[in-house]
Amino acid sequence: MTLALKNVVKRVGADIHVHDTNVEMVDGQFNILLGTTLAGKTTLMQLMAGLQAPTSGEVWFNGKNVTGVPVQKRNVSFVHQQFINYPHFSVFENIASPLRVAKYSRKDLDERVGQVAELLKLTPMLGRKPSELSGGQQQRTALARALVKDSDLVLLDEPLANLDYKLREELRDELPKLFEDRGCTVVYATTEPTEALLLGGYCATVHEGSVTQFGKTASVYRAPFDLLTAQVFSDPPINVAEVKLTDGRFILNDQVSWSAAASGLAEGTYRMAVRPHFVTLKPNAEDNVKLEGRVLVGELSGSESVVRFDLNGMFWVSQSLGIHVIEPGSVSEFYIDTSKCLYFGENNQLMAA
Amino acid sequence: MSEIILKNLRHSYMAEPQDDADWALKQMSVDWSDGGAYALLGPSGCGKTTLLNIISGLLTPTEGEVWFGEEEVSQLPADQRNIAQVFQFPVVYDTMTVYDNLAFPLRNRGIGEAEVDRKVREIADMLDLGETLMTRAAGLTADGKQKISLGRGLVRSDVNVIMFDEPLTVIDPHLKWELRSKLKELHQQIGTTMIYVTHDQTEALTFADQVVVMQEGEVVQIGTPVELFERPQHTFVGHFIGSPGMNVLACEVDQGQPVYGGIPVEMTDKVKADDPSARLEIGIRPEFISFADQGIPVNVEKVSDAGRFSIVETRHGDDVIKLLVPEGGNVPSESTFLKFDPDHTQVYANDWMVSRGSHG
Repeated sequence: MTLALKNVVKRVGADIHVHDTNVEMVDGQFNILLGTTLAGKTTLMQLMAGLQAPTSGEVWFNGKNVTGVPVQKRNVSFVHQQFINYPHFSVFENIASPLRVAKYSRKDLDERVGQVAELLKLTPMLGRKPSELSGGQQQRTALARALVKDSDLVLLDEPLANLDYKLREELRDELPKLFEDRGCTVVYATTEPTEALLLGGYCATVHEGSVTQFGKTASVYRAPFDLLTAQVFSDPPINVAEVKLTDGRFILNDQVSWSAAASGLAEGTYRMAVRPHFVTLKPNAEDNVKLEGRVLVGELSGSESVVRFDLNGMFWVSQSLGIHVIEPGSVSEFYIDTSKCLYFGENNQLMAA
Repeated sequence: MSEIILKNLRHSYMAEPQDDADWALKQMSVDWSDGGAYALLGPSGCGKTTLLNIISGLLTPTEGEVWFGEEEVSQLPADQRNIAQVFQFPVVYDTMTVYDNLAFPLRNRGIGEAEVDRKVREIADMLDLGETLMTRAAGLTADGKQKISLGRGLVRSDVNVIMFDEPLTVIDPHLKWELRSKLKELHQQIGTTMIYVTHDQTEALTFADQVVVMQEGEVVQIGTPVELFERPQHTFVGHFIGSPGMNVLACEVDQGQPVYGGIPVEMTDKVKADDPSARLEIGIRPEFISFADQGIPVNVEKVSDAGRFSIVETRHGDDVIKLLVPEGGNVPSESTFLKFDPDHTQVYANDWMVSRGSHG
């Protein structure tokens, strides 16, 4: 059940919503589209589903060219960010609706709805109306409807974005389990790098209508081909600075330097990028170099601390486990773990890691 | 500006409340000193909006009193309490300029134009709205409009308190941090008491010096961000704050020391549990567990790569115990042992912390 986009382009008037895209989703796996709001994730999914036709290029599914085949004629499920249910139907009827359309027998229908409701912990709610459910239960109902028929392709467009974060945590844990052994191809759009990593599978980073990289999620994160991919796959944003390499050492801001031996790079100017959790408030390795920055804000997430600071006019971020209160406006020391820096050359291609 | 005191507040939306569950707000007392930054944090339906409406005067509590400094205001209507409020969605006059929007609350109170001009420009500068003062509000983005709403809340200097009700809901996730830092900065500059209501832990903990955590109409802890993380007073706080939340494991107690699965667990504090029938549990956050050569025997069941760390799920009997391992850290393949950090191991009886010690 392979889904492939071949030279797909989508134009709307003078605007290009999707640039020439070639990508093949991996069947039976989670395929994540990661990018900010308006990066083009939803358009890509609508092209995959047949809700929109490409301006040029082809959509292939299972060895067949399905370009222009409308969604009704394809075996596809789509779950949106907003909980979409039929308000006047019970939860049971909401889940059963695709089976009614497909003319399932009463017995098969009852059995399948029962199974899916059990899986999504909706059995006690089957008689209720969507308005009598919590947000999490409403989204579970929408998910149950997507799961109840054996779709070849399931598209989930930021399905957890409108939920409280504790519910998000719980459903994010359950989702991959729900699709295990179903054999369908799942495409999942998200704006959150951590969510992409925790869901695992494969990942396409999307930026301004282009897929910048596609591969196993953890490898795209750890070995980005270019700076743009590293930036899409980092929240808080990855720290970037220009460094000079002379006499075997990288020099940052004419202030600090470290050995360039391990990089194998030639003398010249590079762009260095380092993730926020490798810029810490306390030294943690021999390869650390010390910087001073003016603190803009210390954000506390509950179990992690994010400090945004000004480093010679650049906005940098430090992230660490635990709660550390740090006053805005103060000058603080930060330590870069130089063994974790990525170096990009011309055209922002990765040169050394 | 003044201190805010809530005395024995209780509220029910029912005429004759009977059970505990009939109270939307269970009994609470709080004393907020003048000029502080406070947050009310909890999931939807926890009672935080009820509490907010009681403070602002939109709701009269069934029981208890609200005091602003020396004055009891429990019976005063909302418009006589001198409160500024900022809501979820921008409240802006589209046809007016940014300047006139900011000036509105001041002109409304008959303040002279010279003073209006001074205050408007001061607030506009703080919010980086100086450039857009003469443009019409209609053309601005959602976060631009919400900045005006914030500005209208901040522009009056005579208010007792400024209240924010989920003010960043409409802001693009990637822009939220800028407004979070702006609000913090504004509080430091203006010094008015501020109360921030949210279900988002990052917003609450980043903004407030002191956070009130609520669940099902009850205040479960009032504390600083560090206290909520390191010493959750209630299992709900441990669960709700932090991701993943605290592990909660049924245990026994022997001479002040917790025993888990027959194994004594070392703990800095001592347990003071008086009720022999109470349900006893150990609370330990995933950040404070490490692999060890001896301790609690477990099997490693699942490793989830979150990038900067991995969430490792282990199993001991029927319990799943989660721990965090930093990126690049070693995870044993199957059976191994866990060690709990004694400084951050707590015991709970019927969900309330019962360990006491050097921390007080």
